[in-house]
Amino acid sequence: MKSNLRPFVLSLILCVLCFKVASAQPALSRDLIDRAAQYDNKSVVLEGEVIGDIMKRGDYVWVNVVNGANAIGIWMKSELASQIQHSGSYKSKGDGVEVAGIFHRACPDHGGDLDIHAHSLRRTAAGRNIQEKINPAKIAQAFILLGFLVLIWILTLLKRK
Amino acid sequence: MILRPRLEDIKIIGYYLGRMIVGLTLTMLVPIVLGLAFAEINPVLDFIIAFEASLAFGLILIRLCATQKDLNWMQGMIVVSLSWIAAMILGAIPMYLSGHWRSFLDACFDAMSGFATTGLTLVQDLDHISYTHNLWRHLIMFIGGQGIVIVALSFFVKGVSGAFKMYVGEARDERIMPNVISTSRFIWLVSMVYLVLGTLALGTTGLLGGMPAMNAFFHGACVFMAAFDTGGFAPQSQNMLYYHSPAFEVITVVIMILGALNFKLHYHVWMGNRREIVKNIETLVLFVAITVAFIVTAAGLAQTGIYPGAGMLFRKGFYQLVSGHTGTGFQTIYPAQFILEWNPLSIAGVICAMALGGAVCSTTGAIKMLRVGIIFKAMKEDLKRVMLSERAVVVEKFHHIKEVFIEDQQVRSALLVTLCYLILYGLGALAGMYYGYPFMDSLFESTSAAANVGLSCGITDVSMPTGLKITYILQMWAGRLEFMSVFTLLGFFIAAIKGKR
Repeated sequence: MKSNLRPFVLSLILCVLCFKVASAQPALSRDLIDRAAQYDNKSVVLEGEVIGDIMKRGDYVWVNVVNGANAIGIWMKSELASQIQHSGSYKSKGDGVEVAGIFHRACPDHGGDLDIHAHSLRRTAAGRNIQEKINPAKIAQAFILLGFLVLIWILTLLKRK
Repeated sequence: MILRPRLEDIKIIGYYLGRMIVGLTLTMLVPIVLGLAFAEINPVLDFIIAFEASLAFGLILIRLCATQKDLNWMQGMIVVSLSWIAAMILGAIPMYLSGHWRSFLDACFDAMSGFATTGLTLVQDLDHISYTHNLWRHLIMFIGGQGIVIVALSFFVKGVSGAFKMYVGEARDERIMPNVISTSRFIWLVSMVYLVLGTLALGTTGLLGGMPAMNAFFHGACVFMAAFDTGGFAPQSQNMLYYHSPAFEVITVVIMILGALNFKLHYHVWMGNRREIVKNIETLVLFVAITVAFIVTAAGLAQTGIYPGAGMLFRKGFYQLVSGHTGTGFQTIYPAQFILEWNPLSIAGVICAMALGGAVCSTTGAIKMLRVGIIFKAMKEDLKRVMLSERAVVVEKFHHIKEVFIEDQQVRSALLVTLCYLILYGLGALAGMYYGYPFMDSLFESTSAAANVGLSCGITDVSMPTGLKITYILQMWAGRLEFMSVFTLLGFFIAAIKGKR
C-alpha cells in the first residue's frame, strides 16, 4: 500500500513545487487587471518602477508601482517602504522593486480598489535623479519663430506708415 | 438657391478667428511661468515654440483679413467651429514636442479631448510627464469647460460686437447677465472662486493623505480643473485610483456635481435664491436620472457579485455613475474592468447616464437635463390631451429660474438636439464595430466621446486604428458644440462648392 502511495505523494509534491515556482514569477500589471478574478486573493509578485508619492497612512503606506502601461497601488508596512529612495517623476527615475503580496481585485479593506497587500519588497534597481539636457534644436526653433514674429511686427509697422 | 460665400465672408471669418487664436495663445503663458518656476527647461521651450507659432498664425490672419465689419450669424458660428479646430491643432504642439505622444494625431486627440472636456487620453508614460505639460493638460479643460469664446471674450478680445453670435455658437444659449461679456466674466468669477476652494479642499486632503505639500496642492488644482469642468484627465496614469482616498472621492463627487449645474443656477443661488436648487427642472431631472441610473447599475453590479459589501458596491458604482452622468470621466476602476467585470446591465446604466449629461449652460456635454425635462413635459401634455375631455385646455409648464410654459418650438429644438446626439452615439458605435470591437464596448466608448465624458472601457488606446481616433475627435468636437456651428461649417463648405455666384 505504501509503495502504491509513493508515486502519488511525489507527484503531489512536484505539483506544489511547480505552483510555487509559477506563482513566484513576476506578473504583468496588464495580466493582473485582465485576469483579476483568477488572481483574486492569491499571492502574486509584481516587478516595476515606483512612481509618484509614497503616501503614509498610519503605520502603513501606499506605494504605486508601474509595470507596462498600468500602475497598481501597493499597501505595505512603512518599514518595507523605507528601502525606496527614488520615486518616478519628470526629474527622477524611480527605484525598480519586486513586490510580493496578496492581490485583491476588489479589496474589502479599501472600498473595492484593485490592489496588492505586500508582505515583502526587494529593490531590484536603483533609481536616479534625471539631469535635464537642453535640446539645442528646440532653442533654434524658438529663435527662428521669434525672428518670424519680429518680421510680422516690422511689416505691420511699415504698413501703418 | 445656395449662394457661394463671398471673399468678404472669408475675410471676416479669418479676422475674428485670428483674434480668437491670439486670445487663446496668451493662455500658454501660464504653463511657461510654471515651467520656469520648476526649472523645467525643455517643457518651457515646447511652450515657447507653440506660443510663437500660434501667435504668428493668429497675427497673420488678423493682418491679412483686417476688417471693421461685424459678424453675422453664419460667420459667428463658423468662427466658433474653426476656433475649436485651431485650438486643437495649436494646443497639441507643446504636447507633441514633449515626446509623450506617439504622433501629432495622438496629441491632437488629447488636445481636443481636453478642450472639449472629454478626458479620453492617448498620452504615454504619464507618470513621468513634466509639471508644465501636466498643468497644460488640465488648463485646457478649464478653458474648454468655460468655452474658448468665453475665455477670449472675458480677457483678451475687447469690443467684439458679434460676441453674442459666437457665444451661442459655443452651445451656450442662456445669458446670465444682460450682455455676453458680463456673462462670460461671471462664469469666470464662479469658476475662480470654486477653483480656490476646491484646490484648498483637495490639496488639504492630499496633504493629510501623505502627499508632500507642493504635490498635494498641484494635484488639487489639476484635479479641481478636471472635476469642475467635467473633464476627466488626472495628473497620474491611475486616474483617481492613485490617491487611494475615500475623502478625495467624496470631494470630487461634490465638485463634479457643481460643474454639472447651470451657471445661471449658480448665479441665483449666489444671489440668495437658494430655493431655486429644489425648484429648478434641471436639478430635479438630474436627481431622478442619477437615482434611476444608479438603481440599474447597482442591480447589475449586485448580480456580478464582484463587490460583496453594500458600501463597496455603492462606492464603486456611484462614483463611476456620477462621473459618467456629469460627463467627467474620473475612474476608480481600470478601464478593462468595465468590460471584464461589470455585466451588461451595469454598463447599460452607465451608458444611459453618460448619454444624458448635466445642465445646459454648464461645463458638461450630452443631451442635457433641460431637454430631457422638456421632452417629458411635452409627452405628459400630449398624454393629458388624449386622456382628458376634448374641451379641456391643456397647458404644461416647468420651472427654470422662472415659470415657463411649454411651447412647440422648445420641444422641437429639444427633440432635434436629442436626435442628433443619439445619431452621433450610434455612428461612433458603428465605427467601433467596423474596426472589430464588440457592440457594447463600441457603444460605451462612442457615447463617452460624443457626450464628452471620458470614461473608457479600454478601446481608447494608442494602438487603436487611426480612423477611430479621427472618429472620436469629430464626435468630441460636434458633441461639445452641440451641432449647430458644426452644421453651419459643413453648409459653408457645401455652398463654397455648389453655390451660385
